[in-house]
Amino acid sequence: MLAFTLRRAFQAIGVMFAVGIIAFSMFRFAGDPVSQIVSIDTPPAERAAVRKSLGLDDPVVVQFARYFGNAVQFKFGMSYQFRQPVANLLMERMPATLELATVATIISMVFGILMGVYTALKRDTWLAKLFQMVSLIGISLPTFLIGILLIYLFAVTLGWLPSFGRGEVVKIGWWSTGLLTVSGLKAIIMPAITLGLFQMTLIMRLVRAEMLEVLRTDYIRFARARGLTTRAIHFGHALKNTLVPVITVAGLQFGTVIAFSIITETVFQWPGMGLMFVQAIQNVDIPIMAAYLLTVSLIFVTINLVVDILYTVVDPRLRSTVSRPH
Amino acid sequence: MTDAVVPRSTEAAPRAGRGTSWLRRALDSDIFYSFRRSRMTMIAAAITLLFFLLAILAPILAVQNPFDPAQLQLMNSRISPLWTADGQAPFLLGTDEQGRDVLSAILYGLRISLAVGVLGMLLAGTIGITLGLVAGYVGGAVDGLIMRIADVQLTFPAILIALLVNGVAKSMFGNKLDPTSMLVVLVLAIGLSFWVQYARTVRSSVLVEKNKDYVAAAQLIGLPAQKIMLRHVLPNAMGPVLVIATINLALAVLTEATLSFLGAGMPETMPSLGTLIRIGNNYLFAGEWWIVAFPGIALAGLILSINLLGDWLRDALNPKLR
Repeated sequence: MLAFTLRRAFQAIGVMFAVGIIAFSMFRFAGDPVSQIVSIDTPPAERAAVRKSLGLDDPVVVQFARYFGNAVQFKFGMSYQFRQPVANLLMERMPATLELATVATIISMVFGILMGVYTALKRDTWLAKLFQMVSLIGISLPTFLIGILLIYLFAVTLGWLPSFGRGEVVKIGWWSTGLLTVSGLKAIIMPAITLGLFQMTLIMRLVRAEMLEVLRTDYIRFARARGLTTRAIHFGHALKNTLVPVITVAGLQFGTVIAFSIITETVFQWPGMGLMFVQAIQNVDIPIMAAYLLTVSLIFVTINLVVDILYTVVDPRLRSTVSRPH
Repeated sequence: MTDAVVPRSTEAAPRAGRGTSWLRRALDSDIFYSFRRSRMTMIAAAITLLFFLLAILAPILAVQNPFDPAQLQLMNSRISPLWTADGQAPFLLGTDEQGRDVLSAILYGLRISLAVGVLGMLLAGTIGITLGLVAGYVGGAVDGLIMRIADVQLTFPAILIALLVNGVAKSMFGNKLDPTSMLVVLVLAIGLSFWVQYARTVRSSVLVEKNKDYVAAAQLIGLPAQKIMLRHVLPNAMGPVLVIATINLALAVLTEATLSFLGAGMPETMPSLGTLIRIGNNYLFAGEWWIVAFPGIALAGLILSINLLGDWLRDALNPKLR
């Protein structure tokens, strides 16, 4: 067990090292950092000075070591477009993204489990068939189209919910939260549903399949023979046993949710890391792109590591990851 | 290189025996039987075919060339669809802000979306199949390295990788790429994002196939490894690859649309379906729903029908796969 944990930890560090090399190469070789910082009419002497101050004349290995050393301390350099340290910009926007991803995951878990249980227990009702239809749509429709559709329905036509932004936010230390104000809560509904819809269909299908499997097992038959109530059997015994894989998948998907918030944040102009990343790509702001890559990779690798270790503890049967389209 | 008598793959014998045309054989096959049995699949195939035809025939069908600014007239801007009160004659689905006919823009956009999708799929397939063959056939450290890279890449969503490739290309070649180079960048981004699935599948097929007698026979008569891989092992691994390619086409179209929607894809002067949705999204609040609705329906219909085809193909070719 310890050996496994250590090996996985080393692999995770290896992955982060590889991502670090990619981020550094983007920063160093894709375009000239100097020309991004100085203006067009800067004399060559000044350019050379900037070059020296950035340490671009040192050997590449030294530069990489310095970049990596800084990145470990969350120093990602200056943004080309904002002229501010990238780390500050990221920290400012991270709460928005994490709140959105968390709410989306909670929504997808609650509704996914409810719909999954319902479609497994009452397979032939019209509502179950409707849920199945919704899940097909959830997988086939592009995320941004779902977002646009929701905006058209609930913001443009009905005028119930705001179509962009986070609403009012409250500062708690450095963390800014929109979950404590009415306008903030209203603003998060549509983005969270858009972002969570795919996860929801995934969890619904998973719960349905697992429930159908568990309901066929001997211990459920035995529970029925003992005369337990249907409710106790379905929820106390069957559902409980389906939850381990569900929670594992939801955990693994959390990283994907964060990455996919790029699209949702753009549709709803949600002021998070994803929106900043898209704007950085449009404006070729390499330091932000590299820093976003490193941050998201760190979240991914950490989640994968924790889940990997946890599920060898909890359930050795579950060893496949689920990939998603958009 | 000795081109000695090569033992043709095992299916050669019955083929010679029947001696009918390939069309007859195709119509007799299990796959065609299962195709005819599924009405949903036939509809999906018809819609997919229709989309391809519309894309190919766009210059004939469209009332204007939306890429040519000279043909756009601002006087014709923001006309609603023909069946509404303010509709005007040639513009069946209305026009957008620049006087672009929405239907013509969709037809031409479909061309770009499908071109990028198909080329991206082919590039991803070429990279993936090559690496999968090499990894499976050569084995050892090469296999370890390729599959390690694949594993790492698989933990990241394809859209993130495509965005990064896009951003790097932009910073290397300047922010304002002309539309044609943007097309190349998009194909490259999709190709580099989706090769992993192919590589894994081909590799696992190769691992099964390479221990079979026909490979040993081919090795014994001294065929070069390259030839054995491409001519003998690969054809036997093609089934699952076709399934992945179909689903990958849907994903490639979707990725292109997503990139363009995010403003990291085709520019507004030469819009794909994703760009059209991006443009239309700006006019949603003014009540001009048709600018975004019709490209959206076209995109969703295209992706859904290709996905349905892929699902069917997966079940038809290999019932064991899921």
